[in-house]
Amino acid sequence: MPVPEHMEFFVDQSRCIGCQACVQACSECDTHRGHSMIQLDYVDRAASPQTVPVVCLHCDSPTCAEVCPADAIKRTADGVVQTARKPRCIACNNCVLACPFGVPKMNTGMNLMMKCDMCYDRTSVGKKPMCASVCPSQALFYGSREEIERTRPRSRPMNTFQFGRQTITTKVNVMIPREAQVQHLDVVAALGAPAAREAPDPMLSMLDVEVRA
Amino acid sequence: MKTSQDEMARSSPDGRPWSEQPRWRQDFPVDFEQDEYVSRRDFTAFMVLVSGAFAVGQAWIVAQNYVRRRRGKPEIREIASLGALAVGSSLTFHYPTEREQCVLVRLGPDQLVAFDQACTHLSCPVIPRVAERRFECPCHHGSFDLESGQPTAGPPRRPLTRIQLAVTGDKVFATGYA
Repeated sequence: MPVPEHMEFFVDQSRCIGCQACVQACSECDTHRGHSMIQLDYVDRAASPQTVPVVCLHCDSPTCAEVCPADAIKRTADGVVQTARKPRCIACNNCVLACPFGVPKMNTGMNLMMKCDMCYDRTSVGKKPMCASVCPSQALFYGSREEIERTRPRSRPMNTFQFGRQTITTKVNVMIPREAQVQHLDVVAALGAPAAREAPDPMLSMLDVEVRA
Repeated sequence: MKTSQDEMARSSPDGRPWSEQPRWRQDFPVDFEQDEYVSRRDFTAFMVLVSGAFAVGQAWIVAQNYVRRRRGKPEIREIASLGALAVGSSLTFHYPTEREQCVLVRLGPDQLVAFDQACTHLSCPVIPRVAERRFECPCHHGSFDLESGQPTAGPPRRPLTRIQLAVTGDKVFATGYA
């Protein structure tokens, strides 16, 4: 049974409070018990409390699958990029290096790449993914598009990303402020440029904490 | 099955049509459906090759049978003398060629049996255990009946190859396969 088309995954990183509930919930899942397929990343641990839950965005053109020499990463007809096929994965790390979002992680102990498959065992029978069902701030939200537009009028979903000359559209949406301009950051050109002075973190100023100079 | 080119174009990162995509993208499709798709041409080629292999195998068996019949019966050869072989003892000999080792067992004053010593499982040499009335294969603990050569335990499923014997006076001859 495929994942219903009207149900979509929305990630709002600005809502994440870093509680690790998603990581715990993910590692409890029956299909990969004890191993979490979601990571909680710290953006700049010393200067900011901002955390980012990293779920797979399920690209329309999955780079991880395209670079896989063992043909281990496949996508189902509903657009969900599945985790590596166990008998095929050769633990070469190509997908780990290639994914622009840093989603696949290598489990060296098991010689197997495991990545978020949007809880295919749950979403394909109409349930919410584990992480979205436990997220207390609903930074990870699973539901219909009407629902997210009704409940979050100040944000809008986005699913197009630019990496160099590669445009990536994804199945999973990322929530951004409604009026925000989408900017393309040319990482390669910025590599040699002098570091710009960072603006003070709005979250820290909100908490009234002294910002690092 | 969903194999239209528009659907395939979904997996091209630059949005160009499927026909302009590099060949490797078609050979290593991302979607399960395309990955499991077997074209009629590939399927036919597979069937033809496998059927051909079966046909060649059958012809090979026929040819082998013909060659075996042409070769005729193995020669009669003296292998032992009764006086040197006490009841309950055994000896090994080579028959019909030097490469095939066989074992001769004297079960009683007038009872002699001989078998090819190669176990019918993986060709380890079997050892006669006269007191236990069996041949034992030490490799995988296979067991054969001492009189008939029928498998009684372990992995072997076929009986040991029996050698026909003839006794003339004191001399024991191997006269072919039973």
